[in-house]
Amino acid sequence: MKIDWTRNETLVALVIAAFCLAAAIADPGFLSIATLTDLLRGGIVLGIFAVAALIVLISGGIDVSFTAIAAFTMYVTAMVLNAALPWLPWWAALGFGMAIGACLGAINGVLIAGFGLPTLIVTLGTLSIFRGFMLTFIGQKQITTLPPGMREFGRMMLVRGENADGSFYSLHGAFAVTVLVIILTWAILHRTMLGRQIFAIGGSVESARRIGIKVRGVQFFVYVYVGILAGLAGVIHASMARVANPFDLVGLELSVIAAVVLGGARLAGGHGTLTGTVLGVALIVLVRNSLIVLGIPSTWQSVAIGILILIGTGLPAWQAKRAAARSA
Amino acid sequence: MTTATQATPMTRLFASTEGRLALITLVVFVLMSALSPDKFLSLQNFTSMAFQFPEFAILALAMTLTMLTGGIDLSVVGIANLSAIVAAMILTQVTGSGDGVAVLMMAYAAALAVGLVAGLFNGVLVATLGLPPILATLGSGLIFTGIAIALTGGSAMMGFPPATAWIGNATLLGIPAPLVLFAALAFAMSLLLTRTAFGVKVRMYGANPLAARFAAINIDAMLIKVYVISGALGAIAGMVVMSRANSAKADYGSSYLLLAVLIAVLGGVNPYGGYGRVIGVVLAVLSMQFLSSGLNMIGVSNFARELIWGSLLIFVMIVNTWRAKGRRS
Repeated sequence: MKIDWTRNETLVALVIAAFCLAAAIADPGFLSIATLTDLLRGGIVLGIFAVAALIVLISGGIDVSFTAIAAFTMYVTAMVLNAALPWLPWWAALGFGMAIGACLGAINGVLIAGFGLPTLIVTLGTLSIFRGFMLTFIGQKQITTLPPGMREFGRMMLVRGENADGSFYSLHGAFAVTVLVIILTWAILHRTMLGRQIFAIGGSVESARRIGIKVRGVQFFVYVYVGILAGLAGVIHASMARVANPFDLVGLELSVIAAVVLGGARLAGGHGTLTGTVLGVALIVLVRNSLIVLGIPSTWQSVAIGILILIGTGLPAWQAKRAAARSA
Repeated sequence: MTTATQATPMTRLFASTEGRLALITLVVFVLMSALSPDKFLSLQNFTSMAFQFPEFAILALAMTLTMLTGGIDLSVVGIANLSAIVAAMILTQVTGSGDGVAVLMMAYAAALAVGLVAGLFNGVLVATLGLPPILATLGSGLIFTGIAIALTGGSAMMGFPPATAWIGNATLLGIPAPLVLFAALAFAMSLLLTRTAFGVKVRMYGANPLAARFAAINIDAMLIKVYVISGALGAIAGMVVMSRANSAKADYGSSYLLLAVLIAVLGGVNPYGGYGRVIGVVLAVLSMQFLSSGLNMIGVSNFARELIWGSLLIFVMIVNTWRAKGRRS
């Protein structure tokens, strides 16, 4: 297999490899199953968010409201299930969250596809609206007693075990959901006409319209799909944390978009891969969880992520600029 | 649209974004006055509003300038906090004589220098290296905030000489000092955009980057200047926040970032570049402040403000595009 050195994915994979190598040299205990399961656990919710952000970026838009959708959904789901539907099993609780997420995503969809408003502005507005509505009319207190369905899901583990030194490790069942989301999204993007149309709109809306793509319908689908994924991620987050805190999640949106862009998706639309997205998320989770292993205090975490974003987006931008200068 | 309706002054007022915004501001003002006349229309309320809004209004000016070039500056709040922390370190560690005016001037100079250097960093990323502004400033914003956290360990810095309080809390001939500062900056920004060659270049590049290149505008130099000015405005806002809070912390004003973007867009600035007027931004700031103070008085929570701001933004955008579509057809 030929390695393409100009791709973001290669660059990110190399940085991840170098990081792991340095961490393993600094602390041989780094290379353990416990570290791996910790990292995978950290990537569950971020991974679903990143897939959602990726599909919007490919379609040529940007969505900053998905964290608010997730927070809204997890809070309302926990509240409604506690009050009215405590007998719902865990899979129905996830389904309930996805339905609420779909409704909120449809609001974005109507404003963007229906009214033709700029995506950044709309989602900036709905971010405040969803969050403000939840905190004003629904509640501000943490829900510490989750409904039985969510509690059951919170206890579900794929793998559980004990290390040689007696410490425990486990991989949460929600990891399987993230993997399913990635496979489903891959299938939509690369095995359906809808996926081709999403890429086409991201490349050029006008060209897409002229070859007969129903741009509004596709855009509407994208924002509803993002809503569904965000709702799912919200319920998973609350189940894993065993508490529904309405102040969680919001504020993560720009880091998620940064992870996706690190993986090679372009803000201008039409470009982006799931491989790159997964690598981007892996790198961000690695920096968040394991910077301390390299002897860098965790207070420097956001500096490290900032530098990574600048290098990850700066190198391709600089190469493109040089290439343009040569051809001119 | 017929020419007859266009001729009346009323329709001409509605035809411009600023005209509609002026009307919205007026409606909000009248509505809030009607809802709680004794509290909203009091001198005390006006004074407290005049102390509240300048800090994020200054950030909105920075956002306006970068948006005019089709860019955005997501690092302004990071710059504000980093410069406030650098100033706070000087204020707490250098002991001056008397009321500490000399030390304060030194701290202000250092803060402004931080703002200028941070802005220069952004400018080089955007202009020289060609990064998309949203990513460049997102990354640099994380770096500035990160340095601020690393310098303080994340805790607040306090214990400043009394003179520090002046810029955020004093009055000048009865007018709150932060308001005077904002008015001066807004006026200067307006002059810069409409009366100088630099302003024309900024708007021309925002409207059509290719045409600007063919018009032999030195785009890189122009963009660097834009981000340097934005950084300086961030530092000034940081000084006002530091003075009003009487402390400096790495995560102050984190909600101001989206608010600044919101105000600029509400004020009619085109986020894709090319169009925007300072008067629109000032009207947007005023309507936001009337709305939040008024709602505060009738006992609505801070979170409801967020809800109403978001709704207002989307409402204005729908009206604006509706008008644009109507004019085309």
